[in-house]
Amino acid sequence: MINRRTFLGTTAALAGTLAAPAVLGQARPRAVVIGGGAGGATAARYIANDSDGMIDVTLIEPTRHYYTCFFSNLYLGGFRTIESLGHSYGTLAADYGINVVHDWATGIDRDARTVALAGGGSVPYDRLIVSPGIDFKEGAVPGWSTAAQNAMPHAYKAGSQTELLRAQLENMREGGTFAMVAPPNPYRCPPGPYERVSMVAHYLSQNNPTARILILDPKESFSKQALFEDGWARHYPGMIERIGPDFGGGNVEVRPESMEVVVDGQVEAVDVCNVIPAMQAGSILQDAALTESDWATVMPATMQSVMDENIHVLGDSARQGAMPKSGFAANSQAKVAAMAVRHALTDSRLFPARFSNTCWSLITTDDGIKVGATYQAGEDRIEAVDTFVSQLGESDEVRAETYRESLGWYDSITSDMFG
Amino acid sequence: MVRRVLLPILATLAGAPVALAQEGDAERGAVLFRQCNSCHVAEPDGPSRTGPNLYGVLGRTAGALEGVRYSPAIREAGEGGLIWTVETLDGFLQDPRGYIPGSRMSFRGLPDLQDRMDVIAYLTGDAPVVHSSELGRLSPEIFTIEGDVEYGEYLSSECVACHSASGSDEGIPVITGLEPEAFILALHDYRDGHREHQVMTTVTARLTDEEIASLAAYFAELEE
Repeated sequence: MINRRTFLGTTAALAGTLAAPAVLGQARPRAVVIGGGAGGATAARYIANDSDGMIDVTLIEPTRHYYTCFFSNLYLGGFRTIESLGHSYGTLAADYGINVVHDWATGIDRDARTVALAGGGSVPYDRLIVSPGIDFKEGAVPGWSTAAQNAMPHAYKAGSQTELLRAQLENMREGGTFAMVAPPNPYRCPPGPYERVSMVAHYLSQNNPTARILILDPKESFSKQALFEDGWARHYPGMIERIGPDFGGGNVEVRPESMEVVVDGQVEAVDVCNVIPAMQAGSILQDAALTESDWATVMPATMQSVMDENIHVLGDSARQGAMPKSGFAANSQAKVAAMAVRHALTDSRLFPARFSNTCWSLITTDDGIKVGATYQAGEDRIEAVDTFVSQLGESDEVRAETYRESLGWYDSITSDMFG
Repeated sequence: MVRRVLLPILATLAGAPVALAQEGDAERGAVLFRQCNSCHVAEPDGPSRTGPNLYGVLGRTAGALEGVRYSPAIREAGEGGLIWTVETLDGFLQDPRGYIPGSRMSFRGLPDLQDRMDVIAYLTGDAPVVHSSELGRLSPEIFTIEGDVEYGEYLSSECVACHSASGSDEGIPVITGLEPEAFILALHDYRDGHREHQVMTTVTARLTDEEIASLAAYFAELEE
């Protein structure tokens, strides 16, 4: 289907490659985006499309195939293939005229306004959007480091880690123990660990029904807790045990060589161990001195860094206020940032910032739940306007409809990101 | 008094589509209308006599045409939200004084459904047909607000995170290609609690009438 958006995208691409340099005789303003996920890909696409070729857009992303973190739990549960989570950047380059650079951005020179690339050279910008996702805090879980991620996968950046965790799940001995070390707040995708537990339980209940799941959790409570616990009791009775901070869930050490966890001094052997460590903003933000205590604080109306008005920070790395760290939120923030960047570079109209978020989770086949809210820019942080959450005791039909809704959302947001 | 006003409003809300399937014959309606001629005309830009000009009456708020001496009962019904639609006019024509007690219209009514549909078809002429089911409880002015297309495009970015722009409606309906009226009705109905959906209720809660018009204008342009 040809619609106005894709049509404009095509003309923008043509104007960008053929007409602009010759006609204008000077360089167009340059927007550079670091990170091709829900924040970065969306921002690049909206700037390129809506500026009708007036802004030169570069997207720096090391991988050629992006695997969405959202829905990767459904792959663990057997509801999706890994291929169905993969997306490429071809349309952004071909139809939107975006200069897609597959390389690592290794540093930001804020004075010179350039981004250094691992492959050599640098990319100059007038406005920079940084959307690198999260990095793990070294030493957050004693005994665990990136070097141990094969023995005890995090699977919290989708791709090979997710496939590894699925393989370990499949190979787990009969009646074995799947342990998860859950992260402290704030972290990417608040319901994510608990949807993952649901999906692992779904797989085990069909393939290894005497296995057990042990959650070691430093948090008192978690997102959609009542809904998850209700679902676990209904679908996976007796399989899942959660140890919260009162019983040592916040005092955990792991031993990857011997596949043991130590909870409050007590040693327990486990068969699979999914360690999701504490998180912080992507390291490129730390290195560029754009963070304070782990995250990059932004102004809510434009997502500009409070440290540097030429830099916008999106998604998981941003400290913005009330929005959760989610792909939906990053996509929403990207549209506000894209509008602000266009306004700064081409004087296009500036509208009030509007954000929204919905997080769907699957508990078992056709049992979907959701939580969400609308948001606006407050004085110095993003504030919630209205919120909603699925209810206990909803009918099977409502839960099935919620799951179908999430399938529709996946298709829509990925085409909103990648064209 | 309250009940008199409430009844027609409920009729508007319920919008019982009893008559919708019935095709009206405007030519036959013109003949039937002769018994109304002593008080009403039905011509584009025609004058009002004892009663209002009835051309294009569908979509009009009851008792709202300028320069007409309506009975207080009709005015109050309009102020209470009564809008003339196929369904409400059908109810009124069947039993005028039962439908709006206190109406001054001295007409016994048309007991036959086909007769009423024929008259409604004649009154409608080339003007739009308006059904209660499409109107919800909205006043016609809502549909005439001029939208800001560029603002609508910005606001639409919130919609397309979930509603596919590429025509797939698995799980979530496609909203491109909707008639602007249908689009406006749907958003107002969610916002005002006549349709239920957690996400849509939350998303529309903060939309003004002007913002809904802007979204409708943008999505309409998208299809051109």
